Amino acid sequence: MSRPLTFAQKVLERASGESGLEPGMIVDAYPDLYMSHVASWRCIRTLERMPGRTLFAPERIAMVMDHLSPAQTSKTAEHHQLCRAFAREHGIEKFWDVNAGIAHLVLMENGHVLPGQLIIGTDSHSTIYGALGAFGTGVGFSEITATWVTGKLWMKVPESLRVEVDGPLQLGVFPKDVMLSLIGRVGADGATYCSVEFHGAWAQGLSVSERATLCNLSMEMGAKNAVVPADETTVAYLAERGVAADAYDPTWPDPGATYRETIQIDGRELVPQVACPHSVDNVRPIDEVAGSALDQVFIGSCANAKYDDLAQAAAILEGRTVASGVRLVVTPGSRQILTDAVNSGIIATLLEAGALITNPGCGACAGDGGVMADGERTLSTANRNFRGRMGSYESEIFLASPATAAASAVTGRITDPREFIPASRADVEVVA
Amino acid sequence: MPVSLQTVGRAWVVGDNIPSDQMVKSHRVFLPMEEIVRHVLEDAHPGFAPGVRVGDVLVAGRHFGQSSGRAIATKAIKATGVGCVVAESFARTFYRNAFEIGLPILEIPHVRECVSDGDRVSVDIVAGSLTNERTGAVIDGRPTDPFLLEMLRGGGLIPIAARLAGESS
Repeated sequence: MSRPLTFAQKVLERASGESGLEPGMIVDAYPDLYMSHVASWRCIRTLERMPGRTLFAPERIAMVMDHLSPAQTSKTAEHHQLCRAFAREHGIEKFWDVNAGIAHLVLMENGHVLPGQLIIGTDSHSTIYGALGAFGTGVGFSEITATWVTGKLWMKVPESLRVEVDGPLQLGVFPKDVMLSLIGRVGADGATYCSVEFHGAWAQGLSVSERATLCNLSMEMGAKNAVVPADETTVAYLAERGVAADAYDPTWPDPGATYRETIQIDGRELVPQVACPHSVDNVRPIDEVAGSALDQVFIGSCANAKYDDLAQAAAILEGRTVASGVRLVVTPGSRQILTDAVNSGIIATLLEAGALITNPGCGACAGDGGVMADGERTLSTANRNFRGRMGSYESEIFLASPATAAASAVTGRITDPREFIPASRADVEVVA
Repeated sequence: MPVSLQTVGRAWVVGDNIPSDQMVKSHRVFLPMEEIVRHVLEDAHPGFAPGVRVGDVLVAGRHFGQSSGRAIATKAIKATGVGCVVAESFARTFYRNAFEIGLPILEIPHVRECVSDGDRVSVDIVAGSLTNERTGAVIDGRPTDPFLLEMLRGGGLIPIAARLAGESS
């Protein structure tokens, strides 16, 4: 019998056509999908400097105009214009314009991300594609350009970490809290260069949206990629989006594969967590920071602005109002999510509570609307809280779950969401 | 442009977990490079940007370049003229971007135990070692893969990819 392999070894062996790969080796791998977002114009400008500019596989190019959309300056508008023209000229079918939403969510929702694929993206949070059993990893824009032309990119075979979580979580505690707790424990560089695999009954019991939160946040402990191995949940998600199971070839790690470390988390005793300024691994249990006054609450980003995230926030905000003097900015992750949230009444609930709903996209997480003045504080559902990320360098960002965000918006202070979730409301927590 | 794989100069020492957002702050991302360079790492080491000279060595702790994978951060470090960045570990997007743009970097665990700010040091990327010329200490790092050394010698990824594209067309 051949030796057991990790998920990363298997994907990179297939994508490179080589066998016997061990951590630390460098291979030329052929990715299945190349995502570029707001940086797409830089990729195009770089391509213009190269001779023999034939595209290796236009069908593998995906472009999404997400970070600065719609354009607020003519410069940005020019960049969008350049990308549109390029997509038309080269027959790029996976081109998504300023109305689509955050690249990662748009590609997942539209069946462009498949189990077992190797996907590179001009965004560090490309680890999120592991929610559908794919190997997603962030690269630089020139690397995307090089891949457009050559079809391949160098990849170092990573060591792997295995994460096992015991559930269930308490009411009011979410995958976001699990990830913040994990990042706080291992540190911002705890998984640097590593492939992170989530195993066990709890992870397999999560929806694709919840798995996306796990894989997305894994970047904040330095991961190269993260994955919840594909299962029936993955197959059902893709089938709902018109992708039949015979259209892809899932990859699973072998039992007995070698891991640098196995991390066990007892989720049953976990309380809501908050990442405090100015680093994602500065994590405290909520009771240590509860009561801190806020100027703004932001519900958005590829980590936590999906349908169930908005539903969890709305469940708390229903019949309540945002505290006086506090701004609640809600930026749905994608047009599809916004549509679903309109149809189910969630958006009406949020508006009645006093929320400002912006267009789908990266929004304030990328400093693009909903930023702060000197001395202000935001509690955000996003994935980063480095200084100056949301406006003033003299402002502060706290990170938490959508439920914590909603509860905090009501009081105007960092607030434990469990105060707002009576046991009889348990049903609203089980949003698929 | 060919990149030198040896350098000698003053060591500028900074700490752990320096995010790319601190190398080039978001509000400066679209400014001209001459302006960006004047503020590189201004919080981590206020003396660095005004004092750095061509060939100097930036010495960092763990996880240098975490957060956003913005290539402008790597380009700004290169534009200061440093001959090399030596860190105990790099965030992986910074690591990739460095080779991509042709900025020599080297990983040496515990390097800060042997180098103080202001020391004169020399670094040989091919040998994977740093020599502290003040103390005489020589410390070996993790050897860089030959493939990545070739990329540095070739001036980064795009010149190499352009050559490949040229050969196939």
